[in-house]
Amino acid sequence: MSSTKNLFDKVWDLHSVKTLDSGQDQLLIGLHLIHEVTSPQAFEMLRERDLKVMFPERTIATVDHIVPTLNQTRPFADNLAEQMMSAIEKSCREFGITLLDVNDSRQGIVHVVGPEQGLTQPGMTIVCGDSHTSTHGAFGSIALGIGTSQVAHVLATQTMALGRPKVRQILINGELGPGVTAKDVTLYIIQKLGVQGGVGYAYEYAGEVFDRMSMEERMTVCNMSIEGGARCGYINPDQTTIDYLKGRPCSPQGDAFEKAAQWWLELASGPDAKFDDVVEFDAADIEPTVTWGITPAQSVGVSENLAPISSYPEEEQTLIKEAFRYMELEENQPIKGQKIDVAFIGSCTNSRISDLREAAKVAEGRHVSEHVRALVVPGSQLVRKQAIEEGLDKIFIDAGFEWREAGCSMCLAMNPDKLVGNELCASSSNRNFKGRQGSPTGRTLLMSPTMVAAAAINGCVTDVREMLSPATV
Amino acid sequence: MNQIESITGTCIPLLLDDIDTDRIIPARYLRCVTFEGLGEHAFEDDRKQDPEHPFDKPQFQNASILLGGRNFGCGSSREHAPQSLIRWGIKAIIAESFAEIFFGNCTGLGVPAVCASRDTLEALDQTIHNQPEQELTVDLLTMKIKCGDQQFDCTLPDNARAALTSGTYDFLAQLLQSESEIKEQAAGVPYFSSFA
Ligand code: SF4
Repeated sequence: MSSTKNLFDKVWDLHSVKTLDSGQDQLLIGLHLIHEVTSPQAFEMLRERDLKVMFPERTIATVDHIVPTLNQTRPFADNLAEQMMSAIEKSCREFGITLLDVNDSRQGIVHVVGPEQGLTQPGMTIVCGDSHTSTHGAFGSIALGIGTSQVAHVLATQTMALGRPKVRQILINGELGPGVTAKDVTLYIIQKLGVQGGVGYAYEYAGEVFDRMSMEERMTVCNMSIEGGARCGYINPDQTTIDYLKGRPCSPQGDAFEKAAQWWLELASGPDAKFDDVVEFDAADIEPTVTWGITPAQSVGVSENLAPISSYPEEEQTLIKEAFRYMELEENQPIKGQKIDVAFIGSCTNSRISDLREAAKVAEGRHVSEHVRALVVPGSQLVRKQAIEEGLDKIFIDAGFEWREAGCSMCLAMNPDKLVGNELCASSSNRNFKGRQGSPTGRTLLMSPTMVAAAAINGCVTDVREMLSPATV
Repeated sequence: MNQIESITGTCIPLLLDDIDTDRIIPARYLRCVTFEGLGEHAFEDDRKQDPEHPFDKPQFQNASILLGGRNFGCGSSREHAPQSLIRWGIKAIIAESFAEIFFGNCTGLGVPAVCASRDTLEALDQTIHNQPEQELTVDLLTMKIKCGDQQFDCTLPDNARAALTSGTYDFLAQLLQSESEIKEQAAGVPYFSSFA
């Protein structure tokens, strides 16, 4: 049975309740994840209209953005953070929603927790009041970030109004070079297509490169779909997906798992599937990539120099000049060797166990440069526990990294972990916007977690390939 | 819901590309449980670093139409961003293009986010700088921007336009009408019944 429908269309059609007068579809939502930042006002909207949650068992809450990563004992030192915690606790109790709070061993960044618990499954429609919900597309689901009003819609009706995007396949065949990671692939795609290139599209990532990736690597890629402007991104489910989900706490069990697995595989886009657009890249062209500017598309390969302003189209030059000014970098300079002040390994892009393992390989037996403040923040309490069992915490601590509790930490400025002044941070997170890491003049260089570890050790941007032993590359 | 057919008011120019939601409302102001009070913090960090920021200029304080560049509202899904603009006084946004989640949030809150060409934006920018008191009208019925005796085209996807002009942009009431259909649909989705 060969279908011209791609996975996106199959999953969308299965969940479309009806077409609304506006022309948008009313889409049924299979999994609704919520966190403390974008949900309080949504619960308030429900209270104002005296509404209930239609399927409380299909919403799961966790706390991640505001939780401190040094000391998680309640009440939090930050009054506003404490208020937000109380608000989500109260709302979850009132509306019958499961909350994984800081006292729960399953707590962590919402986009780490969902997959880890087996909540995220192929064929689902998944939403969360958080743009990086696109992460969950790694399983072959339609996973979308939504606003707070829509959070209220989903709570009250398990549906939302949405226009159907087009689907673009991003095809990458060939082999990635040694030391080139999933993060580099996603930064490369954004560099080539621009931060706005994906507007109006859902991305299907396909080809040998994605086929070979682990689930955690796939999550890294899908996570940053949003940085490329796409509404969401996904990868077709395959045996890797099934193996990952088998035995997870919220995965189907026993016979139901076999049935589920078969259904998941059938959802994948077949060889005859049609797309609105196809873009192809060659894996061999991708090298470890570093952003140098104030949008995630402003990046270069680590061995390259920053392009001169005159090489950009005229209408972009104002923005490029502003990026150079803000970042205090010069055109034509190499990025390699650029001195950094802070190194951050964490965030929903790169805080999973495989990220920590790879970074630890770089850190092992070395020491963080004297002038660098370096943090490792696991994405969830379970990732943290696993890392400790493997002795990764020791490797990091011995190398001079701080080893923290789970949370969003320095990815954004909502908890005590922040840049100070114009510090330059090598970061494994996903956004390098002005002020993103908590100081209005703070500066961010996005890169893979191994590249961050290498930068932390050398005190400057480093080509991690020069630090990997032949056995590990 | 009000039918939103046109917005008239003075304009505030911010003709920059890739304005992200972290700049519109810095994350520290997301530590809140209501949207009240967000208006005064709109663009706070940009304003601190730029004494010439339009949001601080007296001549723009009563503006209700915001002029933006390309990819306006990119980044985080935080509804706090349009909420802070609304509370500052913005009722419509004209830009070269919008990031999608931001666009959806605006529409759902009854704020038309219309696209215009670079040339149009630059012409409007020029006019506003010369005459800040000049009122504009964004007309969703004719999809024109009127500025004195000048007139420009603008665009808005049909579904957003229909929702705004018919007053159905707050979808909750509509969604709630289909309770039985929702439950029926759910019954046909394998994982809703645990693959039984
Ligand atoms: S880690 Fe960063 S991007 Fe991810 S959910 Fe937390 S704040 Fe958002």
